[in-house]
Amino acid sequence: MRKVRFLLVLMAVLMVGGPLAVEVSPAAADEAPATAAIDIDALRSMVDDLVAGSFGDKMTAVRDLADSGDDRAIPVLEAFLNGALYTRATDGRVVIGERRGRGLLLRDALTLEELEVVPTTAVNRVAINNRLRGMVRTALGSLTLMSPNTERRRQAAHAVFRARSADAEPLLQEALAIETEPSVRRRMERALAAIHLVHGTETEQRVAALEVLGRVSDREVRTLVASVLIQDSDGNPVEADDAVRAAAADALASIDGRLALWGFAVNVFQGVSLGSVLLLAAFGLAITFGVMGVINMAHGEMVMLGAYTTFLVQQAFRMWAPDAFDYSLAVALPAAFLVAGAFGIAIERGIIRFLYGRPLETLLATWGLSLILQQLVRTVFGSSNVEVGNPSWMSGAVEIAGGFALTYNRIWIIVFSLMVFAMLLVVMRHTGFGLRMRAVTQNRQMAASMGIRTGRIDALTFGLGSGVAGLAGVALSQIDNVSPNLGQGYIIDSFMVVVFGGVGNLWGTFVGAFTLGIVNKFIEPYAGAVLAKILVLVAIILFIQKRPRGLFALRGRAVEN
Amino acid sequence: MTVGGPLTRLLLGSPGGLVLVVVTLAAAVLVPVLHLTQPPGSPFFVPTWLVSLLGKYLCYALLALAVDLIWGFCGILSLGHGAFFALGGYAMGMHLMRQVGDRGVYGHPVLPDFMVFLNWNELPWYWLGFDSFPFAMLMVLLVPGALAFVFGFLAFRSRVSGVYFSIISQAMTFALMLAFFRSDMGFGGNNGLTDFKELLGFDLQAVETRLGLFSASCVALALGYLVSRFIVTSRLGKVLVAVRDAESRTRFIGYRVEYYKLFVFVVSAMMAGVAGALYVPQVGIINPSEFAPAFSIEVVVWVAVGGRGTLYGAALGAGLVNYGKTYLTAAMPEVWLFALGALFILVTLFLPKGIVGTLGGMGDRFRRPAAERRAIALRAAEGQRAAE
Amino acid sequence: MATVHARPEVHDTILYLDGVTVSFDGFKALNNLSFYVLAGELRAIIGPNGAGKTTMMDVVTGKTRPSTGSVLFNGGVDLTRLDEARIANLGIGRKFQKPTVFESHTVWDNLELALAGSRNVFNALFFRLRPPQRQRIEQVLETVSLAVARDTLAGALSHGQKQWLEIGMLLMQDPELLLVDEPAAGMTDAETEQTAELLKGIAKTHSVVVVEHDMVFVKALESRVTVLHEGSVLAEGSMEHVQNDPRVIEVYLGR
Repeated sequence: MRKVRFLLVLMAVLMVGGPLAVEVSPAAADEAPATAAIDIDALRSMVDDLVAGSFGDKMTAVRDLADSGDDRAIPVLEAFLNGALYTRATDGRVVIGERRGRGLLLRDALTLEELEVVPTTAVNRVAINNRLRGMVRTALGSLTLMSPNTERRRQAAHAVFRARSADAEPLLQEALAIETEPSVRRRMERALAAIHLVHGTETEQRVAALEVLGRVSDREVRTLVASVLIQDSDGNPVEADDAVRAAAADALASIDGRLALWGFAVNVFQGVSLGSVLLLAAFGLAITFGVMGVINMAHGEMVMLGAYTTFLVQQAFRMWAPDAFDYSLAVALPAAFLVAGAFGIAIERGIIRFLYGRPLETLLATWGLSLILQQLVRTVFGSSNVEVGNPSWMSGAVEIAGGFALTYNRIWIIVFSLMVFAMLLVVMRHTGFGLRMRAVTQNRQMAASMGIRTGRIDALTFGLGSGVAGLAGVALSQIDNVSPNLGQGYIIDSFMVVVFGGVGNLWGTFVGAFTLGIVNKFIEPYAGAVLAKILVLVAIILFIQKRPRGLFALRGRAVEN
Repeated sequence: MTVGGPLTRLLLGSPGGLVLVVVTLAAAVLVPVLHLTQPPGSPFFVPTWLVSLLGKYLCYALLALAVDLIWGFCGILSLGHGAFFALGGYAMGMHLMRQVGDRGVYGHPVLPDFMVFLNWNELPWYWLGFDSFPFAMLMVLLVPGALAFVFGFLAFRSRVSGVYFSIISQAMTFALMLAFFRSDMGFGGNNGLTDFKELLGFDLQAVETRLGLFSASCVALALGYLVSRFIVTSRLGKVLVAVRDAESRTRFIGYRVEYYKLFVFVVSAMMAGVAGALYVPQVGIINPSEFAPAFSIEVVVWVAVGGRGTLYGAALGAGLVNYGKTYLTAAMPEVWLFALGALFILVTLFLPKGIVGTLGGMGDRFRRPAAERRAIALRAAEGQRAAE
Repeated sequence: MATVHARPEVHDTILYLDGVTVSFDGFKALNNLSFYVLAGELRAIIGPNGAGKTTMMDVVTGKTRPSTGSVLFNGGVDLTRLDEARIANLGIGRKFQKPTVFESHTVWDNLELALAGSRNVFNALFFRLRPPQRQRIEQVLETVSLAVARDTLAGALSHGQKQWLEIGMLLMQDPELLLVDEPAAGMTDAETEQTAELLKGIAKTHSVVVVEHDMVFVKALESRVTVLHEGSVLAEGSMEHVQNDPRVIEVYLGR
């Protein structure tokens, strides 16, 4: 038991580790709000100059667009740079063209409104020369790197890092001088170091750049640093400067070390995430199997019912209270618990109670029930996936170093599974119902003769197990497709968790779920998802050689008989 | 009380079983004869589609027999017997693939189409030898047998029994299904093995070949029944029933229970393998869906419907349920799963002994004294409880 | 502890337990238990509930592995390393507290299954009963008074008949040592008396260890008695000796 507590603490530490995450980029921030500095007609006249004016006019137009500080100038300039800026042959309107099959989809250059798809012959490309290109790049840099919008600056810094164009250096220096936001600064420094490394001529400067890059945990940076160490086909280093190569090797080692650490942490996170899903799916089984010795093959369908309840609740919200959609899960949770729980009680009273003492028959009957429930849902809702949405507070991700991201829905599900676990422990240990339930588990006849209505306890226990499965369904609806087969995907895994953890012990289920989850995720990178699953199944079959009753088996005379 | 002559023991002890043997052997002769001699339109003509359908049922019946042998007599509920069936099927499928030769779409002299498609250059080592029919037939028995041996050895040695065994066996077939779905396993991945041409030089599409396969299935079922019957009426069979009723008692009088279970489990897996091998050329395809846990558990309900522990009841159940499936999936496809689900529930609740057991074990009822019959009824209610 | 006799040589014993401890989650069901049974002896073991009587039998027959200690059979073989089947084949038979017979087999088949001989799987497949074996079964059927019920399913027997059938199965095994757990439980007085006589008869040719609660029955056995308490031996000797032991009185009558 002590071991379990230790694991729990470890987990908690890992979870608190969340704040280690540095750069937060909720999906909502991706779309930077447009800054409209001047009115559209002024912009239009600048664009017209850009297209039709003399070379001098064009240079002025580029400068004016840069000075406007208006976001709408960015796509125009980008299109101009990439040769995607056109005038329409019919009316001379300035448009941006996107390849659509053999033709071009035209958008208005400023509003980006879609106009039409035309053959390439229907437009004339706006010409550009190298001198203008340089100017446009600078203009774009100042529009983006010094944009008042933080997210825009962050993206721009990243774009500069990717392009590593020497032209951008002065601008970048300029931007860096006034940048105050630390996360953007780091990106700019990284971009600057990249430019120095690639275009620099002084050994000192390049080594310093490598030192900066060596402190970054990012795959792209790693690729850049590794490129310094490339050898040609004769095995001679492409990079001639020994000091730079040595610095690159150091930087690479330090990046790799940190990336490995992050990779490990992410594996643990994904493992914990899978574990929490397994835990949620397995709780109900642990209760019904552990407490009542009943194998409920329809358990997965209780999960599925929970997911469909979520769908119905969300439909109701969509129809009557679309603004409150973010609260839909708060309604779905109790609803799913009640729906699945009610089904559970009905199953227990209607079928299972006639089969006590015949576990194999129970298994078959509940399998039949699972077929019926699946087919019922298929008949009512159709066999394709239904649309279950994420509330906004569950969308997006925490981006951590090394290009890894932890999605909010996964994080919430981990938290949720721990909450359900704590709740169940409290119910089992500190309520009258839990006491009676444990009494029935340990000695049914004795409990009955003490005046406990075992039939009622059975029904309620089954209801509780099914209700918890329903809660699992709400959680799974947030990360998985909701279809009539939802439950089937989890049933065998949940069985494995219970068998591995040991029957009749919530702690066993807890440890079992997280162990299987983490082991699975650690094998996956080497063996692939399917093979990982197979290996885990085989490992469990071998494991029960050593502990036929699982990790946390009850022992003693009562169990053997 | 005493063991009679071998034939008496095998056939006369169970009139229902005798009927099964007589009917299947008669069908093995009569169906081809009727098909070839009667003109189409005659009431005695057996159309080709019916021959194929019945042939498929016979394979299912043999599979059900295999499940009943371990479940009915030894209390081992395997929810993974489809795996042995599928492995036998794959062994046969591999032979049939090799028989295709250069008639595949890509016309490669050795490699099956899917390997050419994957840009493989040579046969994987585990495909070697399957061009030989005797070798393939040996593998039909050995591959399922070996898997059952390893799996059973591990499970029985550590005394995994009851629902634990059921769940673990389900996980086994699930793991195999996942594995066979992978293209790089070299078994055709998703699509499995198909587009067979001929078996032993006979065109698989020819009516005569189909009739031959049908007769072979009849004979296999009859033989499977006789082998099972021989086992369950021997002292070994008595030990198995003893294990089912009181496992630890059996140990305390000196029986190595795990070896007995292992023996019958391996025999049963081999029978399932044979069923799969006969099934594949008749339906023309084998793919990983045969490993699906749902299929294995469906087999169990065939046995439950027919009556566990009766052998011929299992065969009967397989026929009846599959007839129902054929009929319903054609007439009212959306109803089939409801019907199957209801069948599971109704049989376990109201017909725990299955059709045969409920009808009174046919001849048995007339020969056993009343007290004994009461005891049988008592056992049905209570005995299984002790076993599990 | 209260062993009155000097310890015998190991090779004179049929069963020799030495320092056997079994614990279930911290609870010691057997606590450094040591005692011996001489070859050919009839021994009664008594003790209050939870004294470890059944656990002791579990250890001897291989159902439970002790955490420490050894159990020597016939002066040499250590039973703690062997499984149930191996131990049974060495010549130790066990009768359970609750009669366990094969309910869906006939009385005859129950005895036939217990018949001493090869337990090999393949021999079992081709086994035919030979006339001397048939006679042996008939003989045992007479001994346990079940000849009339030979074709009855064991599940249909009365409680007392099941007890006897189980003893009959032990006889068929022909073990050197019989462990008998509460043979008189649930029997009428007449049946109890008959059972005691039966066991005394068996003890003439076998070593027998009987665990029992029923003092009348134990007295009727006229054997040496070992008293277990909290997993170890509390007293040992004749029935009179044990009954007068103040510690035994305290354990049985309470404080």
